[in-house]
Amino acid sequence: MELYQGSLDVKSIFNKWLDEEIESNYGAFIPFVGIIRAEDNIEALSFDIYEPILQNWFNSWVERAKERGAKVKMAHAIGDVPVHTSSYISAVFSPKRRIALELIDEFVEDFKANAPIWKYDVVNGKRVYAEDRSTPMSGSGILAKKGDR
Amino acid sequence: MVKIEFLGPIAHKPLEIEAFSLQDVANRLQDIDGVNEWLDRCAVAVNSEMTNDLTKVLKSGDVVSILPPVCGG
Repeated sequence: MELYQGSLDVKSIFNKWLDEEIESNYGAFIPFVGIIRAEDNIEALSFDIYEPILQNWFNSWVERAKERGAKVKMAHAIGDVPVHTSSYISAVFSPKRRIALELIDEFVEDFKANAPIWKYDVVNGKRVYAEDRSTPMSGSGILAKKGDR
Repeated sequence: MVKIEFLGPIAHKPLEIEAFSLQDVANRLQDIDGVNEWLDRCAVAVNSEMTNDLTKVLKSGDVVSILPPVCGG
């Protein structure tokens, strides 16, 4: 797992990952690249990350992939990421395509739901929390329960 | 003392409180304006491990993280 300040250099990360695995005898390499779109007058998106929990989340996916003979990798940006640049790359390497295709879907969807990352729109230089696009993580709401006092 | 940290967009500085379970933390946070309106959609971690067990026992030095809705990528 790799975290970078600002936009990701997609080509250099691809090169690095390919170099790391080219001798590993994987028959499939499926990357997913997230790119910031220009919409709603935003200049950029901006991200906060809580690295200890993200690392635990990622480690659990490393194990899940390993059980299927595959490997996952990811990179994410911290801070401001201007439109038309990349904030997120994930990838699966596996011996055959079917497992890689299935895993990239599960990995990216679980990332969206449970990776501890917060997104903000940057408009006129100000960060505005993207609340309407954010998802409560698994188990949310327990602290709202009333207990005995 | 247990440390409580608020992540992402929750604008509140960390707290140190006496708490022996997550229910104690819940009771305290429900009384804090600026925090309580987030609680129904926040997840919880203790020492960076996610949990959904309110009866979880806490000890001095534990760190409780409050995680509002996420959107990576």
